Amino acid sequence: MSKKIAYLAMLIALAMIFSYVEALIPINFGIPGVKLGIANIVILVGLYVLEPKDVLVISVIRIVLVGILFGNVMSISYSLAGGLFSFLMMWLIKKIKGFSIVGVSIAGGVSHNIGQLAVAILVIENLKLIAYIPVLLIAGAVTGLIIGILSVRIVPVMKKEVEKYG
Amino acid sequence: MKKKDVILGVYIIVIALLLMIVMKFHNNSKGDEIRIKVNGRTYGTYSLDKNQEIDIDTEFGHNTVCIEDGEAYMKEADCPDGYCKHQGHISKGNQTIVCLPHKLVVEIKINENQETNNDLIPDAVAK
Repeated sequence: MSKKIAYLAMLIALAMIFSYVEALIPINFGIPGVKLGIANIVILVGLYVLEPKDVLVISVIRIVLVGILFGNVMSISYSLAGGLFSFLMMWLIKKIKGFSIVGVSIAGGVSHNIGQLAVAILVIENLKLIAYIPVLLIAGAVTGLIIGILSVRIVPVMKKEVEKYG
Repeated sequence: MKKKDVILGVYIIVIALLLMIVMKFHNNSKGDEIRIKVNGRTYGTYSLDKNQEIDIDTEFGHNTVCIEDGEAYMKEADCPDGYCKHQGHISKGNQTIVCLPHKLVVEIKINENQETNNDLIPDAVAK
C-alpha cells in the first residue's frame, strides 16, 4: 500500500512538472490557448499500466495542485472539465477493440478541448463560442496524435517499472 | 497505430473542416454594430460606422475595444493571458472576440430591419 502511494505520488509530481515545463516553454500552435498537453502522457500511459481509478486520482490531484500553485478557481474548473471528460473518453475508447494508444490519445486530446469549451460557454453564457469548435477539434486531434506517438515508446518501459515496484 | 486510430483521426478532421466551411458561409455578411457582452449581459452596442474607442471597466478587469474603418478589435486588456488582443479585426456577423478571464464577448450585430418596414414584422423574427 505504502509502495503504491509513493508510486502514485511520484507520478503526480511528474505530471505537475510536465505542466510547469509546458507553462515555461509554451509550444505555439498559432492558436491562443492551445497546448500540447504533455502532462497527459502520464495519464495516457497510466491507463495502460495502472488501475483506471488510480489514474483518475493522479489526474484530479495534479489538476487541483497545479491550479492552486499557478492558477485560480477558474483555471481549475476549466482544467477539471477537460481532464475528467478526456479521462472518460480515453477510458471508453481503450475498452473498444481495434484502437491503439494513439487513437486513445487522439480521443483524449479532442475531448479535453470540448470539455474546456463547454465550461467556457457556461461561464460567459454565450453560445457563439461554438464557432471555435472546428479549430479546437483539429488542435485536439493533432496534439493527441503527437502525445500518442510519444507514449507508444513509454508504455513498455513503464510496464517493466511497475512490475518491479508495483 | 492501428486502422481504427487513423479512421478516428480522419473522421474528426473531416467533421471539423465541414463545420469550418459551414460556419464560414453562415451569417458572413458585414455587420452594422458591435454588441459587447460581459458575463452574459449586454454592456453596450456601438456603431461600426463611427471610429471610436470603448473603455470597458467591470469587476473582472479593464478592456479597450477600438472601432476603426468599420472593424472592431481589442486594443488593450489587462487580462492575464492577453489572448483577446490577438484575435484580430472583426466585422462580419459570424465573428467574435472573446476575453475569457473577463467574461467578455464582442459580437457583430446585423440590423436586418433597415430596408423592411419594422411594424409588419413581429419582434421575435428580428432578433
